[in-house]
Amino acid sequence: MALKLGDYKTDVHNDWCPGCGDFGIVNALQMALAEMGIERDKATIFSGIGCSGKTSHFINTYGVHTLHGRVLTFAQGGKLANPDMTVVAVGGDGDGLGIGAGHFVAAGRRNIDMTYIIFDNGVYGLTKGQASPTLKLGEKTKSLPSPNPNSNVNPIGLAVASGYTFVARGYSYDVRHLKDLIIQAVKHKGLSFLDVLQPCPTYNDVNTRDWYAGVDLAKESMGRHSRIYKLEDTQFDPTVNYAGEVEVNEKLSQALIKSLEWGDKIPTGVFYKNELVSPFSTRITDNIPNYLENPPAKQIISNNGIPNTDISKILDSLDV
Amino acid sequence: MSSTDFTWLIGGPQGSGVESGANIFSKVCAQMGYQIFGKREFYSNIKGEHSYFTVRISDENIHSNVNDVNLMVSFDAETIFRHFDEISSDGGIIYDSELENITTDKVRTLDTPFKDRLHELLESKNKPFTIAGVLELAKENGTTLYPVSFKSLLQHLSEEVDNPRLRNLVRMYNVIGVSLSLGLMKMSSTSLVNSIDDIFSKKPQIAEINKQTANYSYNFAFNNFKNFNYNLTGISKQPDTILVQGHFGTSLGKMVSGCRFQSYYPITPASDESVYLESNEILEIENGRPGSTIVVQTEDEISAIGMMIGASLTGTRSSTSTSGPGFALMTEALGWAGINEVPIVITLYQRSGPSTGLPTRHGQDDLLFTVFAGCGDFPKIVYASGDIEESFYDTGNCFNYADKFQIPVIHMMDKFLSSSVVTCKKFNPKKISIDRGKLLDKVEGEYKRFAFTDDGISPRSKLGMDNGVFWNTGDESDEMGHITEDPQIRIKMMDKRMSRLDLMLKSIPITQQAVSFEIHDYTIISWGSTKGPIIDAQSMLKKEGIDIGFIQIKLLHPFPTEYVQSLLKDAKVLIDIEANHSGQLGKIFKQNISRDIDYHILKYTGRGMTSTEIYDSLKKIVQNKAAKREVLSHGA
Repeated sequence: MALKLGDYKTDVHNDWCPGCGDFGIVNALQMALAEMGIERDKATIFSGIGCSGKTSHFINTYGVHTLHGRVLTFAQGGKLANPDMTVVAVGGDGDGLGIGAGHFVAAGRRNIDMTYIIFDNGVYGLTKGQASPTLKLGEKTKSLPSPNPNSNVNPIGLAVASGYTFVARGYSYDVRHLKDLIIQAVKHKGLSFLDVLQPCPTYNDVNTRDWYAGVDLAKESMGRHSRIYKLEDTQFDPTVNYAGEVEVNEKLSQALIKSLEWGDKIPTGVFYKNELVSPFSTRITDNIPNYLENPPAKQIISNNGIPNTDISKILDSLDV
Repeated sequence: MSSTDFTWLIGGPQGSGVESGANIFSKVCAQMGYQIFGKREFYSNIKGEHSYFTVRISDENIHSNVNDVNLMVSFDAETIFRHFDEISSDGGIIYDSELENITTDKVRTLDTPFKDRLHELLESKNKPFTIAGVLELAKENGTTLYPVSFKSLLQHLSEEVDNPRLRNLVRMYNVIGVSLSLGLMKMSSTSLVNSIDDIFSKKPQIAEINKQTANYSYNFAFNNFKNFNYNLTGISKQPDTILVQGHFGTSLGKMVSGCRFQSYYPITPASDESVYLESNEILEIENGRPGSTIVVQTEDEISAIGMMIGASLTGTRSSTSTSGPGFALMTEALGWAGINEVPIVITLYQRSGPSTGLPTRHGQDDLLFTVFAGCGDFPKIVYASGDIEESFYDTGNCFNYADKFQIPVIHMMDKFLSSSVVTCKKFNPKKISIDRGKLLDKVEGEYKRFAFTDDGISPRSKLGMDNGVFWNTGDESDEMGHITEDPQIRIKMMDKRMSRLDLMLKSIPITQQAVSFEIHDYTIISWGSTKGPIIDAQSMLKKEGIDIGFIQIKLLHPFPTEYVQSLLKDAKVLIDIEANHSGQLGKIFKQNISRDIDYHILKYTGRGMTSTEIYDSLKKIVQNKAAKREVLSHGA
């Protein structure tokens, strides 16, 4: 029986603030799951801590709401033990790029086949609006006593530099586009990263929905004025098309340069895509050939309570 | 009958082959039928600092080191400076005669406090601050000296076998040292050659050159060294004996118990286990396709526990191995596993703290920390093994506890165990059973992961299982696993989880909770690796007609109050023995059993206890000459 969008919704009360950008992301995720027809019990949403951390409770698949900053660790462990499962990890920008930044970088090096979505709003919402790692230097959102004294992390640039093999940005108020990006990310063979710009209507009074929509710019320009534009509408080709240092370096550098674009024009869409890098599962099967057919979660370890692992060769080698 | 009880010590700079020398020696002794207790001491250093290995051999079962060394072999000056006073009066020292004129100032790795103490001693005895000076002291104590120039030995050998490369091959010094020792004691040269073949089985050329050196040195000692009190001729081998290193018990235990996922971050002395598991990652399965253990080296210990929990949620038996500082980083996620009822096993190889402490030295300082680790109230098990053989079977039990009670289990090991090399009875995998508790094979009907049940344990689905969808959260949750702050559900959920502590005490067999090695007026309570030296000291005293009891507590949390109380009812004087400063088990004991500890025997130098030290302290206690707190300090 085909699954409908409604099948991916739980009846858990959603207590996000009215107008929160997070709603768009959850909707896009549910739409993507429905469109791909992934069975509810074959997907797990891992989430971090903060407003975005509650996401897993609103989606009717396996849901693991983890610890602050640690979502990637839980998600990678789950995926490695049961590689048949579709794994999506979600969390805030403070979660993933502040307290969890070390895991963010390390995950890139592994390239495990899963998706990580950061809800990027520039503030720590649930603790009442402190500056988060993506807030720009000198910005003063409304609950900050003084302007932000730190430079921002560049999530796209960091992902590209860390080895993520699919790097994209979405906007939470363009749900259809975001859904398409999520589908591409999930289908990508390797670790995919999605930076989703997500206005926090309560605490971020700088990067608001109106700001992204370019309402302030409209006074000056008569035509289209949204700050957000799509890379796919330009000549930008994010894909590493063939193996080779020149090609890879060119695509990496253009992604990095593009990631620096901010202000009156903000790119969304796919920045970088490289399926020529081996996913972690291939690196495992190089040593353990039957890993994918007989992964940890599927292994039979006993016969009616009697262990079936035979270590007699090892033990014999220890005989005196 | 006169029994063999002999201790050999080899020392040298780290990286000079002390350990492989000791491995060859241990193998030879084991092949000759002896029981072995070997232990390695080393600095937190890659090359150059002093490391040494003591190997005690006996024809009886032994479980510890003793203070006295009967034969020391040294190929550097530092070993002689540091250990000359440990040699028994009937013992010997084989040393490189080229070193005799070396002064203490020439040995840059001798630290000032040690040098000051040594100078004071030499000054008081009117001896020069040289190797010759300390050797004179040893000689005056009765020790026999066996000087040999390692350099000329190699020169002669290289001429004899016509291999000029050998002439300056300093890295042969360890093999020379071992072979001289074996030759001196007229031990089996066949075993020597066999052991070298074993150890270098993948490098035949290196094996060959080592064997030439070994034979030459062996014969040299055999023909030239005289008057040694010990000749070890060998005894009949005990059947089913294996020679194991410290981490083999938990590693092999994990393989047999079905642990298929291990994540870890490098830390001494725990990493050996993970590296061993990875080296043996493909597993033979009876009547089945090969299995495997996925071993992941993570970016930190936080990731190690996170990954392990993620893997465990898929139904995979999962674990990590770490030491105190790493475990400190894991405590937040430990609570997450607690509230989410996730079975995990953390093998905790303790070392000396606080902080980085003595990173390559022994300690049992993490008991209180482990028992109380994690914020909030949640059930867990803290379980300690007393020796390597036990740790194999205990690993099996720990995974069963984790699955059965759906809790984190911390399996306490330590550096004393991890850097031991011992003979023991061959592990019997069939004695390990696998009990996965309420892990489901399939789910039918509506499923609630945290359903309230009579025994407080809910049937467990796993990520990816048909119809078994559930939610987890570090927040308090309802039966589905969704966040709740409802006060009534909070009470029920807390009660549900915490009720397991009683259930554990009721359902874990008492033989797994604590082990009684007799109860007498004077009875020891202890935990972990002190077991070996304690039972050896106990039997030393027994031979003198002094009976001392001993209870080894294995289940440290929840504390088996009733059982321990019943065991101790006839004990009048309680002696707590631990390798930490504050007597941590004593504190837990007092908290659970309102009874005072009469004596503490403690050691926190980072060096393991010897049975001699415990024997001495116990004797003082029995003679009423002991302080309430005996602090031990033997060992360089």
